[in-house]
Order: sequence, then structure tokens, then C-alpha cells
Amino acid sequence: MAYAAFFVVAAMAVVSALGLVLRRNAIHGALFLIVNLGSIAVLYQTLGAEFLAWAQVIVYAGAIMVLFVFAIMVLIPGKEETGPDPRRPWRLLALPAGALLFVQLIFVVGRDRGGGGADVSPAGGGVEAIAGLLFTRYLFPFELTSVLLLAAMVGVLLLARRRV
Amino acid sequence: MIGDLSIAFGRVAFVMLFVLNLGGLLTWVERKQSAIMQDRIGANRASILGFRLLGLFHPLADAIKMLTKEDFRPARADRFLFGLAPFVSVFCALVAFASIPFGDVLRVAGREIPLQAVTLNVGILYVFAMLSLGVYGVMMAGWSSANNFALLGGQRAAALMISAEVAIGASIMGIVMIGGSLNMQDIVRVQGHLFWGWLPAWGIVTQPLAFILFLTAGIAATKRIPFDTPEGESEIIGYFIEYSGMKFGMFAMADFLETVVIAGMTTSLFLGGWQVPYLVAEGFRFPWGGAVALPHLLVVLLQVGAFVSKVCATIFFMMLVRWTLPRFRYDQAMRLGWLGLFPLSVLNIVLTGIGLLLWGGPA
Repeated sequence: MAYAAFFVVAAMAVVSALGLVLRRNAIHGALFLIVNLGSIAVLYQTLGAEFLAWAQVIVYAGAIMVLFVFAIMVLIPGKEETGPDPRRPWRLLALPAGALLFVQLIFVVGRDRGGGGADVSPAGGGVEAIAGLLFTRYLFPFELTSVLLLAAMVGVLLLARRRV
Repeated sequence: MIGDLSIAFGRVAFVMLFVLNLGGLLTWVERKQSAIMQDRIGANRASILGFRLLGLFHPLADAIKMLTKEDFRPARADRFLFGLAPFVSVFCALVAFASIPFGDVLRVAGREIPLQAVTLNVGILYVFAMLSLGVYGVMMAGWSSANNFALLGGQRAAALMISAEVAIGASIMGIVMIGGSLNMQDIVRVQGHLFWGWLPAWGIVTQPLAFILFLTAGIAATKRIPFDTPEGESEIIGYFIEYSGMKFGMFAMADFLETVVIAGMTTSLFLGGWQVPYLVAEGFRFPWGGAVALPHLLVVLLQVGAFVSKVCATIFFMMLVRWTLPRFRYDQAMRLGWLGLFPLSVLNIVLTGIGLLLWGGPA
């Protein structure tokens, strides 16, 4: 049952990811990304990581993507108004870069299979387990990330203020 | 196997029928309550064979009218998204209620049935996630209509709901800290505790500030007056300007369903959920020493009844607000959300933390 559900959800994730890349309409792409984030959340839930699953839906699908869609609605007009893409030649770089990423992916997946999977907490994916790891073992990277995000936010405010 | 399946089906069906019917009934409550508040007779036209029944046939007449109207779609609309948007709105509002408990555990024939459609360890996050996904229906409607007023309405709705949801998320943190869990059933159980032997430890007692903040932000999340800037009947009509027939009705229904969900959350988090004061599993145990033993089934019925009446009372209050206050201007609503509700919610988290350190951990 869970096995069959995995394939259905995984297929949904792949199709929506393809939709994100292939649709020309920016809003459609963004909506495909939301479907993709949702299906990844379902995968988390089937793995027993309830907190991670719903935090993913709230933070990514519910908050960040709302801002994305909002920005696209306000700032990006339809294709007829923007004209042809001025950076079209850059697309040639996409193929080698993608191939490089794919090779890396195969390498990482192949290495993990030998080691019997990543470091899985015996307490499962509950709130307590995540909070325990986050506030003890990974406290420094956690705080560093928040400082990084704060710096980015202050930087954006500075840049935006200069324009006005 | 069949027994388990039918129990699961029953739990889901109860919640779904409760939310759907209450949502439909709210169209009548809205008319009748406003009529009483404004000293009108109101909602007394629809009748079957001369029976008016306080206007209770109006929701039925509404449904028939909307289903038989022309389903119009603008020529330049995005066909797929235009059709999908009302369904997304209703779906998210409808499933959000699933992890709100409507009673304690029911014991029948050796089985223990949790009275909750879905038992999730992170139930609060689930309700919250579904509420936050509801905004996509509105945004899709606004964008796909190919109408500037609709687009404006969709953008206003997105901005309003983000600011409301940030405040909702921050204001329930205090309750989560006191309950020590993200499971809504656990949070309701903790509220059955008594202070000094007589005062129920409901969220409204332990977290009065959070209660006001949550209810304000919750009303904002339902996009109803006084926070109906996305709609703004007198200015832009809003995100559903191009919708007609039942698709328009679905947007109206989503607002009512969200009202029910917010009322259910308020009840579970701040009003003790299914707790009846002094009612324990064996019957009443009063602080002045008296005790009344009650059979298990009656206790469960009392609890479910308490939950339903608390939800109805909360909805009554939300309707009072809706028919009393005028609409906030867009910038006023944003200012209230970001400079009023959000900082106060963060302050509430700090105060709760200090309180828990001083007077010990979760009760």
C-alpha cells in the first residue's frame, strides 16, 4: 500500500517538476512548483517525518510560494509584453551544467547505498527529535543560517531604499 | 478490517457533514442575525407550501438559484485555472477541520475510537497549512480572470492572508508551549486541568492576550468584514468579479467554511475544546465536593455537545463583529497585521516563556 503510494506521489513530483521547467507561463510554473513541494511533503509524511512534512507545506508552499506568485502577478507581464529573451545564448550552458549535476547525483546516491543510508535518528521524525538535534548538535549551523537570512534581509532593504 | 474502515469512514463523515452543514446554515445565520441586529424581520420569503420556518429554506433556494444560473467564463480567461480556483478554495477550507478533535475517546465494544477525523501528532500545523494553502484559490481566481479588478482583489487577498497567518502562527505558540505538544487532542486535554481546584485552565485563562490576537487574525484570515479588503463591495468587487453561478457560490461558501474552521480552532485552543467544566471520565466532580456519576456514553455526548455549542457561540461572536464594524482600509489592515498583531504575538511568546520558567512547566 505505502509502496504503491510512493510511486504515485513520486510520479506526481517528477511530472510537476517537469511542468515547472517546461511551461512558458511563469504563473503556471510557480503553481507546478507548489504541487511539487506538496508531493515531496507527502513523501516525508509516509516516511514518518510528520513535522517536516507539514512545516514544508506551511513554509514553502504556504508562505514562500505565495510571495513568489504575488511577485509574478505584480511584476512579470505576459510574454507579448516582454519580447524575446535577451539572454538566449546562455541557455547553451544549461546542458553541461545539468549533466554535471546529474553525475554528482549518481555519485552521491551510489555512495549512500554502500553505507546503508544516511544518519537516521532512532527517535524518528517527530518534533522532539528534530528540536533535540537542532538545538544541541546542529546549534551552530542553525544560528549561523538565521544570521545569514537576517543579513540578506537587511541587504535587500538597503538596496530597495536606495532606489526610492 | 471492515469495522475499522467503517469507523474511519464515520469519523470523517461526521466532521465533513458537520462543517458542510454548518457552513451552509451560516448563510441563513448571517441573514437572520443581521436582521435581528438591525431590527428588521429578514429572511422570511422562501416558503414551501406556506411554511416559512424562520426563513430556513433560504439556503436551499440559494443553492437552486446558483446551480441553475449561467456559468460564465471571460473569453481571455485562463480556462483551466479559472475552473480550478473555486475548487481549491473550498477544498482547503473543508479539509482543514480534519485534525480538530470534537470529543475525547469513545469506548464501544472494546474499541477505543478517538473522536477526531484524523489523529495527527502535528495537528495544529496541519490546520494551519491547509488555511495557508487556501490563498491559492483566491490568487488563481484573481489572476486567471483577465480582469484588473480581479487581479487587484487577488493581490489584496494574498497580502491580507499572509499578514493574518503570520499573526495566527505566532499567537498560537504560547498555547503550544503550555500544552507541550502540537497535537490538538493533547492541547485540549491539558485544558481540563483546574487552577486552585476550581478554575478550568482553558486557553482564554492562561493566554488572554493570545486569544484576542488569534481571533482578530482569524477573522482577517476569513476575509470577511471588517477585513474584506480583497472583496471591497463598494470599491473593487474583488477576485470573484468574473465568476457567476455556483462557482461564485463556492467562493462565498469557502469564506463560511473558513469561519467554521477558525471557530473550531478557537474552541480547541482557547475555549477548552470538548471539555465541560468539572466533567471527568466518570461523571461530574464539583470543586465543592459533590459528585455525579454518569455513564460513558452520556459523558461523550455531553463533550461533543459542548464542542458544538462552543463552536456555534464563537461563530455567533464573529457574526456580531461582522455586522458591527466597518471595513478597514487596505493600509489600515496591513498596519494592524504587521505593526499590531505580529509584534504583540511575539511579545506574548516571550511573556509565556518567562511565565513557564517562573511557575513551572506545562501543567
